[in-house]
Amino acid sequence: MTEATLVEAVGLALACAMEDDETVLLLGEDIGVDGGVFRATADLIARFGAGRVMDTPLSESLFAGLAVGLGAQGFRPVVEYQFMGFIYPAIDQILNHAGRLRNRTRGRLTCPLVIRAPFGGGIHAPEHHSESMEALFAHIPGIRVVIPSSPARAYGLLLAAIRDPDPVVFLEPKRIYRALKEDIADDGIAAPLDQCFTLRAGRDMTLVTWGAMVVETLAAAEILAAEGVEAEVIDVATLKPLDMAAILSSVERTGRCVIVHEAPLSGGVGAEIAAGLANRGLVNLLAPVQRVAGYDTVMPLPRLETDYMPTEERILRTARRVLAYA
Amino acid sequence: MTQIASFTIEHTRFLDPKGQATQALPAFAQNREALIDLYKAMVLTRTFDAKAVSLQRTGRLGTYASSLGQEAVPVGTAAAMRAEDVFLPSFREQGGQILRGVRMTEILLYWGGDERGSDFAGPREDFPICIPVGTHAPHAAGVARAFQLRGEARVAVCVFGDGATSRGDVYEAMNFAGVQNLPVVFVVNNNLWAISVPRSRQTAAETLAQKGIAAGIPGMQVDGNDVIAVRHAVGLAIERARAGKGPALVEALTYRLSDHTTADDASRYRDDAEVSARWKEEPISRLRQYLIESETWTKAEEETLIADCAAQVEAAVSEYLATPPLPPTAMFDHLYAVLPTALAEQRAEVEEASES
Ligand SMILES: Cc1ncc(C[n+]2csc(CCOP(=O)(O)OP(=O)(O)O)c2C)c(N)n1
Ligand SMILES: [Mg+2]
Repeated sequence: MTEATLVEAVGLALACAMEDDETVLLLGEDIGVDGGVFRATADLIARFGAGRVMDTPLSESLFAGLAVGLGAQGFRPVVEYQFMGFIYPAIDQILNHAGRLRNRTRGRLTCPLVIRAPFGGGIHAPEHHSESMEALFAHIPGIRVVIPSSPARAYGLLLAAIRDPDPVVFLEPKRIYRALKEDIADDGIAAPLDQCFTLRAGRDMTLVTWGAMVVETLAAAEILAAEGVEAEVIDVATLKPLDMAAILSSVERTGRCVIVHEAPLSGGVGAEIAAGLANRGLVNLLAPVQRVAGYDTVMPLPRLETDYMPTEERILRTARRVLAYA
Repeated sequence: MTQIASFTIEHTRFLDPKGQATQALPAFAQNREALIDLYKAMVLTRTFDAKAVSLQRTGRLGTYASSLGQEAVPVGTAAAMRAEDVFLPSFREQGGQILRGVRMTEILLYWGGDERGSDFAGPREDFPICIPVGTHAPHAAGVARAFQLRGEARVAVCVFGDGATSRGDVYEAMNFAGVQNLPVVFVVNNNLWAISVPRSRQTAAETLAQKGIAAGIPGMQVDGNDVIAVRHAVGLAIERARAGKGPALVEALTYRLSDHTTADDASRYRDDAEVSARWKEEPISRLRQYLIESETWTKAEEETLIADCAAQVEAAVSEYLATPPLPPTAMFDHLYAVLPTALAEQRAEVEEASES
């Protein structure tokens, strides 16, 4: 048992996967002796050598493409992007190649790669360092998009992502990288992909969220509980493919749903969840499905970032509106 | 002022456009059979391309990119490779793919709109063609890195066009290959056009070969219509890479005698006179001339070859046309290793629609 923060849990999972399977390799900028800008790969170069922990040139399109080549050759590359804001050149490789290679060769060549990137706001970071653009990735066929929201889930889901035979975009909510420590058994046991996690059971309403917003959502649920409202809190965790069945089954019981995400409202993954509820859960709904999200604006610089991001108050306000429907 | 760096780019040619040797041929070309094999591969490629274009014109194939006039580049390149090497072509290197054992039926299936065309029965590790220009250069670096990590004496060979050299991916891949001393060879299939954009508007660099120098890897230029020069220069680069001496860039100068693809009409942007002049430099008649003059090739052999190529292509076409399409549910079958339950409903919908 080790006490670990979310970012330390990422490091533990990487080390565990590398220990178990020598085809697992790490690539990225400054991940070697420097241990990565958030220190997720600290000490791994000393343990596994520069062959398996490789500092690449500053070439964001290149390292996703390298991972495609390595993956097709049977390696399991794990690529680190320093921030989500710099991952966009790699969308070409993810969308045009990683997500397609298995299909276009009828399974002859595959891409068992993981692309890791910290994302999200709230740490007063410079411009381009705070966006939540997960929906861009969730739209891409042939890949998975996974977002952990606690140290234990970061450990288990990252192991699962590395062992998965298909490409996974693994987005790490950096605001909670060091928010709390959890006991990690470091037993090499993966957490399930493609499944939601129920973080709190409740019969009165369902709050659906992921990533760092889990913090505000759970806090709102506590306040509601004090008022006698039991909210179920679901951490979606795998945004693509989406475990709509779990969300539907919760809403079938509660009849009310609020979706919370930091990413901009329009075209966000929340819209997909709301559509899924409208399609298959309408008869169970006692109130309209609501979303609490970032605005459709450019992510503001730090002075206004807390005005942009969903807060506990906004979640509560919306939850109360939803509860007010008879 | 102190000069701190300088470079030269060498251009190699063995046969001039009239098929006359301009210098002593390299060792491999002393062997009659080796030259005839190159010749046959180029003639087969041209026969295949002509047939593919006519299939497209008659509605039996999708858009197709002919390699008319450029056959020496992919053929010379693939001929320099070993079976265990990995080929990463763009979309105009069918001549090299065929030489490496990709079946012509597979190529037709691909351009006919069937994914099975990239499930090569022959070279299982070769990459499928790459449509997003230049995006396969990083894959080649990744494949080469895999060889290097496993200590294998294998080489990744990546071909892209002159247009591709303007893309960052190509530079990023060459740059990284240089840093890691990877066993990869990049070949520029410089046909002087990127659809309607001539080479002169692609870059102000005097040669494309020198883009390798900027990335810290050797760059050289060859006459890409001289298959002996291509086979020779790419072969030297491959064996150098295999010996652990690192990557290289070979620029092969050729000319696209065809339209860009069957969806293009090059007469809109290119003078017929330019094309006619370039016909005098094309690679097949050049080598044929050399073979005839060195008395290693007869009219009878030429006739047999033409008939044989036509028969091979016809057989591939028949097999292609006789291949029924996949069932619609096939679009789900290789999307993931195991279809996620979230997609089961969509697959069922397609299955139901295709049954009714
Ligand atoms: C990234 C990208 N941009 C644009 C296109 C559309 N396109 C297809 S081929 C081509 C020209 C390519 O020129 P070159 O690299 O010289 O290869 P060639 O076609 O001459 O063999 C273009 C612009 C594409 N396929 N990919
Ligand atoms: Mg070109």
